[in-house]
Amino acid sequence: MSVARASSDQSATGRGAALRIDHRAAVRGAVIVAFLAILLAVLPTFLGPDWITTLTSVAIYSVVALGFGLLYGRVGMISLGQIALLSIGVWAGLRFGYGTSLGFPLLLLISGAITCVIGVLVGLPALRLSGLFLALITLMFAGATTIVLAAIDFPNGGGGFTGRTNGVDVSGSVRMRRPSWAEGDTAYYRYTLIVCAIMFLLALLHVAGKSGRAWAAIRASEPAALAAGVNITLYKLWAFALASFMTGVAGCLMAGQIGVPRVSQFQTQDSLTLAATAMIGGIFSLWGAVVAGVFNQLLPFLLQSGQLWGWTIDVNILLIVFGVGLLQVLLTAPGGIVQQFPKDMANLGRLIARQVRKLSGHRKEPA
Amino acid sequence: MIEVEALTVRFAGITPVDDVSIVFPSGTCGLIGPNGAGKTTFFNVLSGFVKPAAGSIRGFGEDLLKMADYRRARWGLRRTFQQEQAIEQLSVFDNVAMIHEHSHARRSSRRADVLSAIEFVGLEIHPKAKVRGLGAHERRLVEVARAVVGNPKLVLLDEPAAGLPEEETGKLGEVIRRIPEQFGALVILVDHDMSLVSACCETTAVLDFGKLIASGSTRDVLRDENVMRAYLGTEEVEEV
Repeated sequence: MSVARASSDQSATGRGAALRIDHRAAVRGAVIVAFLAILLAVLPTFLGPDWITTLTSVAIYSVVALGFGLLYGRVGMISLGQIALLSIGVWAGLRFGYGTSLGFPLLLLISGAITCVIGVLVGLPALRLSGLFLALITLMFAGATTIVLAAIDFPNGGGGFTGRTNGVDVSGSVRMRRPSWAEGDTAYYRYTLIVCAIMFLLALLHVAGKSGRAWAAIRASEPAALAAGVNITLYKLWAFALASFMTGVAGCLMAGQIGVPRVSQFQTQDSLTLAATAMIGGIFSLWGAVVAGVFNQLLPFLLQSGQLWGWTIDVNILLIVFGVGLLQVLLTAPGGIVQQFPKDMANLGRLIARQVRKLSGHRKEPA
Repeated sequence: MIEVEALTVRFAGITPVDDVSIVFPSGTCGLIGPNGAGKTTFFNVLSGFVKPAAGSIRGFGEDLLKMADYRRARWGLRRTFQQEQAIEQLSVFDNVAMIHEHSHARRSSRRADVLSAIEFVGLEIHPKAKVRGLGAHERRLVEVARAVVGNPKLVLLDEPAAGLPEEETGKLGEVIRRIPEQFGALVILVDHDMSLVSACCETTAVLDFGKLIASGSTRDVLRDENVMRAYLGTEEVEEV
């Protein structure tokens, strides 16, 4: 009888709390919609062209950081080859952009699919290796990609597999095309933002669904996940496939944004910087990827352009900042900025409240 | 019914399970023995983590050893581990739903099944609460809920009460005892706590140094001379 009573109590409180949680989810949804609306409609009206270009890059790099976060934060697999995958997406986007007359959405899908296949191949060792060894393998993949890319370079409208031609002046005349209705920078910024939002939605659906739960089980303990009936091989490769697909799509967007990408923009060590910023942003939250995008693209822009202080600072100083930030994350704040910042603010608020109370208490005492 | 025949496991040089033949009929069966007796190794064979050197295991008429490890959960095998394995990042509901998703149970009944499993173990917290914030007792209950969801045939509980105070162990024992009638599953319980074993299990088997030294009704087994000797330690044990 007591069990029956307890359970009916529980379901009663359960309904109330369920309502509260739905309410919270609605608020969260509203915040995201408002955030997107500001980014899409408000910002372009008063920001200059260089800001718009930078924000486009922020969106693209957020998706790349999201891929890293999915692999490391959700499944526990560290991949240091994400920028290499991005460069493969750029390459595929350019090759098919020049070589075919397919619509831009199809180019995005093709780049995503090609990068996905390569990403899964890179992910195969992850079935046997983890931690440092997986990090090394993926870093070596990044190195190899840089070398291959240096040899074959990005396509510039020629024929053959590499799509290179030396007869054309590459400085401007053969830019990678953009969607016909998003030729301008601002329109392309909006286009990029929408595609990136779709990628985030794709990630969210996975994380909140069956795959997300299976990944969490794998991350917690592989034997326990196996005992729970999780096909570990399948779900690990699926994580690599999803992260690589998103990175490939981001690569194609980037090809459209830059127009004529250079190999020097995709260095092996950029994968390391990306990993650092993704961890600083927070790998357990999708918002962390947005913060990582900001750190990766907006901060260098601010330092270089002198928009904030009126003078420019060497961008390399950021490497030190990221190093310190990464150390901080590893030592004290594993959830990154998105989880630590609200906590710190709450602590600060409490501290201020305590000081205020103390002061008012002191004032009362003499009286 | 689980029929184990001549099961032998060898790791380089040692034989943690040595020619064990045993039948677990139904209900809740205890499996006890001193440290290193081979209880967890036996569970690992059932889960598919360890390949035995010889022997066979038939579970409800099917050859368990031929089944791929991750398919055994779909077949109806559930297990808990000595170290508690509820997933911290996920909510109680998601923890249990995750098991349901990889079982044979129907998707349409998932919500109801998961909630009834949580209710069965008597967890008085909101299903959407994250496991991260739960205490040891509640986490163990989440594990039991995970073990009974999705039409299990065989539930392996490896020291489910480890680290719990006496009162909570008693409550957990009540839940475990109700599993067979509620879900129709065979439960095998490994524990060092004799009060828990005698409260839950009609039959009990005893392993010592990989060998089966006694099996039968729990009352008789716990009075068995060999069992007392194995637990309390006498010459025979010291010789080995």
